[in-house]
Amino acid sequence: MITFVVRRLLLAIVTTWLISVLSFAIIQLPPGDFVDTYIAQMAASGSSVSAQAAEAMRKMYGLDRPFYVQYGKWVGRIVHGDFGESMEWRRPVLEVIGDRLWLTVLLAFAALIITWGLALPIGIYSAVRQYSIGDYLFTLVGFVGIAVPNFLLALVLMYFSFRWFGASVGGLFSAKYSLLPWSWGKVWDLMKHLPLPAVVLALGGTAQLVRIMRANLLDELRRPYVVTARAKGLTETRVVLKYPVRAALNPFASNIAYLFPFLVSGSVIISIVLGLPTVGPLLVEALISQDMFLAGSIVLLLGVLTVIGTFISDLVLMWVDPRLRQGMG
Amino acid sequence: MRLPFTRRKPAPSKAERYATATQLQLTWWRFCRHRLAVVSLIVLLLAYTAAIMADFLATTDPHQTNAATSYIEPQAIHWFDNGGFHPFVYGLKGARDMRTFKLSYKVDTSRKVYLDLFAHNYDYSLFGFRTDIHLFGLRNANRNDGIYILGTDQLGRDLWSRLAVATRVSLFIGLVGVSISLFLGVILGGVSAIYGGWIDILVQRMIEVVRSMPTIPLWLGLSAAMPSSWSVTQVYLAITIIISLLSWTDLARTVRGKFLSLREEDFVLAAELAGASQARIIFFHMLPSFTSHIIAAVSLALPAMIISETSLSFLGLGLRPPAISWGVLLQDAQNVQTLVLAPWLLTVAVPVIIVILAFNFLGDGLRDAADPYG
Repeated sequence: MITFVVRRLLLAIVTTWLISVLSFAIIQLPPGDFVDTYIAQMAASGSSVSAQAAEAMRKMYGLDRPFYVQYGKWVGRIVHGDFGESMEWRRPVLEVIGDRLWLTVLLAFAALIITWGLALPIGIYSAVRQYSIGDYLFTLVGFVGIAVPNFLLALVLMYFSFRWFGASVGGLFSAKYSLLPWSWGKVWDLMKHLPLPAVVLALGGTAQLVRIMRANLLDELRRPYVVTARAKGLTETRVVLKYPVRAALNPFASNIAYLFPFLVSGSVIISIVLGLPTVGPLLVEALISQDMFLAGSIVLLLGVLTVIGTFISDLVLMWVDPRLRQGMG
Repeated sequence: MRLPFTRRKPAPSKAERYATATQLQLTWWRFCRHRLAVVSLIVLLLAYTAAIMADFLATTDPHQTNAATSYIEPQAIHWFDNGGFHPFVYGLKGARDMRTFKLSYKVDTSRKVYLDLFAHNYDYSLFGFRTDIHLFGLRNANRNDGIYILGTDQLGRDLWSRLAVATRVSLFIGLVGVSISLFLGVILGGVSAIYGGWIDILVQRMIEVVRSMPTIPLWLGLSAAMPSSWSVTQVYLAITIIISLLSWTDLARTVRGKFLSLREEDFVLAAELAGASQARIIFFHMLPSFTSHIIAAVSLALPAMIISETSLSFLGLGLRPPAISWGVLLQDAQNVQTLVLAPWLLTVAVPVIIVILAFNFLGDGLRDAADPYG
């Protein structure tokens, strides 16, 4: 059990490191550096920066040093909570991101809960009542879920709600609350707005999990021990839920570890379509305007949060799967 | 009349045919039992044929803008006229709005423009030949007339023609991307299975790390870092590479798993005892028995590739205009205001969904067929 946790922890650290290198590369890749951008901005607002001043600035920020030194300095600053300054907003990156990060996590988490909550019962139902009308219906919906990229689904949803109700379904808050500070009313408002984007986000993953669950459970239901259980006179619910479902859950649970990164990815794109105040729209804006400190920090923060989320879901998995607990996994 | 001594060979029974069939035949028979997969295969073959012939199917130059034909609604082709088969569309008529004094073009039902098969239009090259023949075109067209089967976009470009060309770009970006992924997957998965030990551990951890990263933010970041001076082709290649760099993991896992399970098979042991070299065993004995699995995995990986490109371009960070792809076309439909004004821009979603569904069904069928003895 300890080995498993340590292994997962090491993996999380390596992933975090890799994500930080990639984020830093994203900051560094565009031609020109931070000082060039700064000079261009000063020029745009009418003042100029002398060559000596620019050189001094480069020295101060260590921009004349090799890549790994700059990377080290960048990581050092981040550890102290300094993510740099957003060029576009002229404010510290963390301040610009603000609540958006937590809303992103909340959205991904809500989608995760919905995915689990829907996939499990539907998967069991589809397997137990194989080839029933309900099974066909869920299979059909499932295929739509797999085939329609979630941003398209969001787009179609926006269109029809606009067409039929004349109102936009986007956003996470109603206009009344969007600028107010946090209060219980605002939380309740968020709770009312959250389900729709969360369902849109969850549909693709749910469809895949239902298919896996159905296939696994069908395999298990054909095993002799199920016949034995039935012959012993157990009720049908008990026959199904007590053993085959538990056995079928295993591969299902191991896929969940990869569900969270998938959901965080998806939240970026549907947030843009549905106009949600998550980090997604901010990231795309920052990338398009080459505000690289903001963009790199968002990629880094999203990556780290994903790693933490995956680690937590691994711990849940360990709690569910006795084989991992006993150190056999 | 039948002579008593001629012996006719009896038609082989079903069981006999099954027993003597090659693996490929068995796989094919099993595949044909999966109706949906067969239909999907046909759909995809048609889609790729259409993609290759995109310029032939296009009715007008997909890049040509025309302010006069902005947001024209989809126009049906009328097939019969004067009691005979004379396909035609209605022409366009400019009308000045008396309140805004803006000249806008409307459909003029009094003027018929007839269609011709194999008409001449813009130049393009097909299989290396330059030609200007298109499947159909207009005979007696005025300057702003056109065959707007799917309507036009804001800049007055014909959506049908753009969709045809976009299909080519999007379908082939998937193929190229999957080829790169497949190459990485087979090499890394194979090496991991053959050598085992620390190499195996390294590759396995690498796969886990890549799989636990959120892909879209990383893709976005990397593709935004591309210099804006790059040509369309360079961007195309870079996007393909960026997408495939993060999606080889599933293929590597499939290859490794198959390698490991096949290594224990009797026929591999037999080949080893017969003195076959390692390379011979891998390429002549093991590889043929799991190519079908690889093909199945590839056909399941392709839709993910296509969605990735579409998503990136949709966000404006993938292929950029003047390149045309499904994502670029959908980008025009990004906000509700535009959609309400021109809902036909969403028709681009239909081929996207059909192709992704078809690849999924095909992959399912192939996966079942890959193991014809099961």
